[in-house]
Amino acid sequence: MRVVDHPILGKLAQDRTVTITVDGRVLEAIPGETILATLLAHGIRKCRTTEKRHEPRWFFCGIGRCTDCVMTVDGVPNVRTCVTMVREGMVVETQTGLGEDGGGGS
Amino acid sequence: MTRFQVLVVGAGPAGLAAAIEAATAGATVLVIDENSAPGGQLFKQIHKFFGSSAHYAGIRGLDIGRKMLDEAQARGVEIWLDSTVWGLFADNHVAVIRNERSMLIEAEKVILATGAYENALSFPGWTLPGVITAGSLQTMMNVQRVLPADRMLMVGAGNIGLIVSYQAMQAGMDVVAVIEARDRIGGYAVHAAKIRRYGVPILTSHTISEAHGAGQVESATLVQLDERFLAIEGTERQIDVDMICLAVGLTPMAELAWMAGCQFVYVPEAGGHVPIHDENMETTVPGLYVAGDITGIEEANTAIDEGRLAGIAAAQALGYCSAAEASGRKALVCERLDELRLGEINRTRRTVQEILQAQSSGVRQELSDVSPQCGRSEIR
Repeated sequence: MRVVDHPILGKLAQDRTVTITVDGRVLEAIPGETILATLLAHGIRKCRTTEKRHEPRWFFCGIGRCTDCVMTVDGVPNVRTCVTMVREGMVVETQTGLGEDGGGGS
Repeated sequence: MTRFQVLVVGAGPAGLAAAIEAATAGATVLVIDENSAPGGQLFKQIHKFFGSSAHYAGIRGLDIGRKMLDEAQARGVEIWLDSTVWGLFADNHVAVIRNERSMLIEAEKVILATGAYENALSFPGWTLPGVITAGSLQTMMNVQRVLPADRMLMVGAGNIGLIVSYQAMQAGMDVVAVIEARDRIGGYAVHAAKIRRYGVPILTSHTISEAHGAGQVESATLVQLDERFLAIEGTERQIDVDMICLAVGLTPMAELAWMAGCQFVYVPEAGGHVPIHDENMETTVPGLYVAGDITGIEEANTAIDEGRLAGIAAAQALGYCSAAEASGRKALVCERLDELRLGEINRTRRTVQEILQAQSSGVRQELSDVSPQCGRSEIR
C-alpha cells in the first residue's frame, strides 16, 4: 500500500507513472521508486524461493546488503530489487534458487 | 590513474561533512557512494534532530541532507554515485567499480565514512517474509512511500526502535508492541513518551521466541526474560502481527579499514571491532582517516562532527591550513562533540572514543619504540 498522505512528508506525487510486468501481471509503478517498492505497493510479499529448501524470501535490509530480495529482471537473475529503480516495460520474475545463470541450476 | 587529494568513501553525514571541510580548505575532493542517492540514512530521518544549531538541531534529517548536499556541491566536491569502493591498497590506491568497470584511483588522503549495517536476530521463523530490519521499514515508508504490512511488532526499545515505531504510526501502521530484552528502555524518554501516549505498550525484559506463519509472518510468540536474560517458562504469549521489525543494534562497516591493515580494538559498546584512531580521526595507517559509525555506533550529529574533524585534519596534513588555524577549528568541533556526548547514554560513547584514542597513543608509542621513522610527527 502506498503512503499517499503523510503528516510530515505531505502528499505523494503520483502524476507520472510507468508500467512493469511482474510474473505476467502488469503493475503501475512510480518513476524513481525501486522494484521492491512497486511490489509492496501492490501487496506482493515474495521475491524468490531458496535453492535448497524452497522457502519463500521477501526483503530484509532494504539497502542492498543482504540480497534477500533478489529477482530475475529482464532475464538477468540476482538483481537486488531494493536498490534497482523501475523502468518502463521492465519484466520482473520471482526467482527460483540461484536463477538460470546463477551457477547452481534453477 | 585518476588522482584526487582527498577521497571520501560514503556520502552520508560524516562523509559529506568531511568533504565540505576539506574542499573549503582548498583540496580537490571526490566522494564515492554505492547508493543511487547521496545523504546516507539522512533522507529517512523525518524527525527533528537534537543538539546545537551547529548540529542542525530542530531540523529534520532529510532537510539536513539537502543542506549538506548543496554545500558540498557549492564547494566543488565531486560526488560519484552508484559506485562501489571494493578495495583499498597500499599508498591509498582505491579500487572502484563504476558503470560496470573497475578502476584505480590514487588519493593522498582517504577518509572512510562507510557507516554501519543493522544487526539481525535469529529465532525460529526469522527467515519468514515479514521479518525485516527497522532501517528497512524506514526506507520503505519514508523514502519509497510504501507500507510493507499493517500490524507490526518492534523488537528493541533503543532510539531506533522507538523512533521508527513512531514513524510507522505516522505512516499509518498499527504498532502492536515494542519489546526490549533489557529491563529498561534504551532510548531517550522523549521518544518513548511519544509512542506511549498513543497507548503502544513497551514491554521490557521481553523477547521474541518464535515467528509463525505459512509462507509469511502471521503471529509472534513473546516471552518474558529473567535478570540473566533466560526465558521464564509459562510467560509465553502469542500476538497477531504481519510484520516483525528488528532494531537490535548496528555493527560498524569496517571492511575497507581491515583491508588497509588498520589496527582494531574490540569495544562491545561501540558495536564491535572498530579501527583505532587518534584525535585527528587518523587510523594506524598514515593518511587513512575514519569518521561516523565506522568509529563506533553513534548518531548523525556526532558523525557530522567527526567528519568535520577528519576533513580539517586531512586538509591540514595536505598543507591547506596552518597548525594554528587547524587546531582552532578542531577545538571548536571537539567542544561540541563533548557537549553531545554528555548525558547518561552518550557518556558511554565518549568513553568509547577515549578508549580508541588512548589505544592510538599506545600504538604510536610502540611504533616509535621500534623505529623512529614510523612515528608520524606531523600529527603529534
